[in-house]
Amino acid sequence: MRVTFTVNGRRHEADDVWEGESLLYVLRERMGLPGSKNACEQGECGSCTVRLDGEPVCACLVAAGQAEGRDLVTVEGLPEYARKRDGTGTEEGAAELAPVQQAFIDAGAVQCGFCTPGLLVAADELIERTPQPSDADIREALSGNLCRCTGYEKILDAVRLAAARQDAEKVEGKV
Amino acid sequence: MATKLNEATGTDRAEGRVGDSALRPDGTLKVTGEFAYSSDMWHEDMLWGCTLRSPHAHAEILSIDIGEAVKQDGVYAVLTYDDLPTEQKNYGLEIQDTPALAHGRVRHHGEPVALVAADHPETARRAAAKIRVEYRELPVIHDEESAIGEGAAVLHPDRDDHHAGHVPHPNIVHRQPVLRGDVRAAAERADVIVSGEYEVGMQDQAFLGPESGLAVPSEDGGVDLYVATQWLHSDLRQIAPVLGLPEDKVRMTLSGVGGAFGGREDLSMQIHACLLALRTGKPVKMVYNRSESFFGHVHRHPAKLWYEHGATREGKLTHIRCRIVLDGGAYASASPAVVGNASSHAAGPYVVDDVEIEALALYTNNPPCGAMRGFGAVQACFAYEAQMDKVAAELGLDPVEFRQRNAMSQGATMPTGQTVDAPAPVAELLRRVKARPLPPEKQWETGAGDAMSTDVRALPGGLSNTSHGEGVVRGVGYAVGIKNVGFSEGFDDYSTARVRIQAVGGEPVVMVHTAAAEVGQGGVTVHQQIARTELGVTQVTIQPADTQVGSAGSTSASRQTYVTGGAVKHVCELLREKVLARGRERLGTYHPAWATAELLLEGGKVVTEGGEVLAALIDVLGDEPLEAESEWRHRPTEAFDLVTGQGFGHVQYSFAAHRAVVEVDTELGLVKVIELACAQDVGKAMNPDAVVGQIQGGTTQGLGLAVMEEIVVDPQAKVRNPSFTDYLIPTILDTPTIPVDVLELADEHAPYGLRGAGEAPTLSSTPAVMAAVRAATGRALPRVPVRPEHIVG
Repeated sequence: MRVTFTVNGRRHEADDVWEGESLLYVLRERMGLPGSKNACEQGECGSCTVRLDGEPVCACLVAAGQAEGRDLVTVEGLPEYARKRDGTGTEEGAAELAPVQQAFIDAGAVQCGFCTPGLLVAADELIERTPQPSDADIREALSGNLCRCTGYEKILDAVRLAAARQDAEKVEGKV
Repeated sequence: MATKLNEATGTDRAEGRVGDSALRPDGTLKVTGEFAYSSDMWHEDMLWGCTLRSPHAHAEILSIDIGEAVKQDGVYAVLTYDDLPTEQKNYGLEIQDTPALAHGRVRHHGEPVALVAADHPETARRAAAKIRVEYRELPVIHDEESAIGEGAAVLHPDRDDHHAGHVPHPNIVHRQPVLRGDVRAAAERADVIVSGEYEVGMQDQAFLGPESGLAVPSEDGGVDLYVATQWLHSDLRQIAPVLGLPEDKVRMTLSGVGGAFGGREDLSMQIHACLLALRTGKPVKMVYNRSESFFGHVHRHPAKLWYEHGATREGKLTHIRCRIVLDGGAYASASPAVVGNASSHAAGPYVVDDVEIEALALYTNNPPCGAMRGFGAVQACFAYEAQMDKVAAELGLDPVEFRQRNAMSQGATMPTGQTVDAPAPVAELLRRVKARPLPPEKQWETGAGDAMSTDVRALPGGLSNTSHGEGVVRGVGYAVGIKNVGFSEGFDDYSTARVRIQAVGGEPVVMVHTAAAEVGQGGVTVHQQIARTELGVTQVTIQPADTQVGSAGSTSASRQTYVTGGAVKHVCELLREKVLARGRERLGTYHPAWATAELLLEGGKVVTEGGEVLAALIDVLGDEPLEAESEWRHRPTEAFDLVTGQGFGHVQYSFAAHRAVVEVDTELGLVKVIELACAQDVGKAMNPDAVVGQIQGGTTQGLGLAVMEEIVVDPQAKVRNPSFTDYLIPTILDTPTIPVDVLELADEHAPYGLRGAGEAPTLSSTPAVMAAVRAATGRALPRVPVRPEHIVG
């Protein structure tokens, strides 16, 4: 079958898709977007978290056909998505990274990095929904994303940092 | 183009020198999704490989019929044992007992039997399901009794490995006693004697990036392999003979590694993908799904441990007797070295002159076990720390005080006779975790008075809403551990570095090339920091790790910062001499200091010790690059005596202590760890943020072993829970705050005084949590992971 949907603002199309293929497989193997990771293929680890019409979902649990005509954001599109949402940067002087991506680097929240793309999409969605999350909010929102390297402390630091920076920007009247 | 290589460039925060918390050079690639992991490899016209695995733990293979599979559309090749190209059919880390594909007999559930290559992964899976294998099931060996009891079937009848001659039974891979002093006489001095029997379940590394890679056949009849591993050259040494190729025709490049923790020391899909690629003439990609990953790598050895500790009324240990039986599963993997580690660390970081220790690993039909973070020392630490608490209780002493009275310090003698010749701040680490303020009680209560409510997220059971505090009891527990660093027992443990310096765009740029596997730990960051420090430059590029440079040894045993870090430092020093020699040759006449003074490279310049600038580096270099390459090895070790276990077996020791604070729902048996504080001596914090990240990650894996992680293997030796639905690893809700206190007591034998840091926190975390759970419940709890029924049963 043919599937067509929008990923990170661009229309993508794939032909000869077998009906059993997941959205994750089509993104990774047919659309050249391997940023979303496949670590469990059963919705337990969150490494493949993407936004489907705004909702964070495990792309491994969505059949590719279910995404037909819908709108997706993956880790590859986070910078642009955050820029449009937050109104930060201009097209010319745009930040290369979304604030949450920069915060993960700065806080040392990345080790092997395999869980990182999914965590970034989930964390970005949390801050969008709850701009000043408590630690309990962060833990609850990220409880579907497994990380085996960090012990999560620096991931918490990163989300706190991203939220604080966003708050500081608001205070400065940028947002 | 087959792949994108993860070349690590960029600079950092502060100056990015040794001791700075430089940022990861691969950080940006990893947060944008551009970092190419082994499962992201792609090639035009590539095929997908799939493995057919045994459904039985022990069976004879009567026949294999591939007819239906081969006929399926889209299938390019189906391979079995008969297709292996040379006489060499087996591989293995130390003992080559593992068949590349099963022949005549399968020895564990999930053993690879056949391979398929097809144009779609689902096609390959369906074809594999059409291969008809006729098995005759055999009795299963699943524990010590069935392995060495009368009439036990011998799993590897024709053993000729170097342990075969000294083991008491052919189903014992290796046995190592450690005997010192006179235990019988010492036991007579004891005022209390405490014994216990302990059990550790089978833990999985559960790295998130599954086994995967891409094999691309080349025109010269060789193959290029892009893969995630911990040691490229060890893989190469095992792969090439089975393919019937010389090593220079198997070119390996490290692709992105999604965690390792010991689980990538052994081969998984490497030989299989190469066989399929060579057979079909097409690139072949293999990616395990999570279920297959549980079958595709070795696990932490489950263990049974018997301990006896004696002590005087004054709280001094008199003696230790122990026996540690590790289940090695069907193939040897790293079992011999795990036995050496378990036996030599069995007494813990304590002074005790009289010991009788025995450790051994069995061959069984259970899943093969090998390396996992902590490597034999984890199992021992769980048991000896439980014992230390028991003895303290018997003596009426505080458990920390009792440990401190027996804590080893620099100059102590290990049960192996080895002198601990570097700082061993065991008592101090315990003091530090104990001195921390305790976290507030009842953190689930929010608000006050009438407005008080309960945040169930802070309670055992969490959002399952199983308690609002009733039945919840707090407990506090302590533990400390000792772990060796580097490869031991006489192994020639070295690394190789090649470093080049050249002017690029008017700037001196350094390129560091090693075969060290970056698995997430931050080796690439530290190697950059070392090069900046030694060569006085800011721009350092880490070349992709491959087999075009000499071996770096394994990313395991907490050794890579020490050994490859040591190699990079050493080669930078050689390169510095070359730079200075060129400077003397070209510019020596301009300033007398060239001939006389000690010269340094700082800030892109050649300077005297007094800080006088002699020349800019780029002026010294000109247009011609300079390069140096060398191996570097740590001081030699020696094998343990096979009868007494005596010997200078380990390079370095590493120490960590934990305090665990837990809250237990004593009615439901649910445990919530509230805080898990760690103090660790790292010798030198090469990158303070990164070392804290290692300690927190290792601590969390220890927590997982304490309260949730176990591969359940049934009496038929079948794996019951190969998924993240049924094998649980800690989520962010299960993981507490982990405050870390880092000590830096230099080890004069090591580069920069550093101490390998990755494993020690994985040891003491588990027993600290269990001590806390025992304190909360009053139960003995001799087994990990602890389950609700152990607490309420």
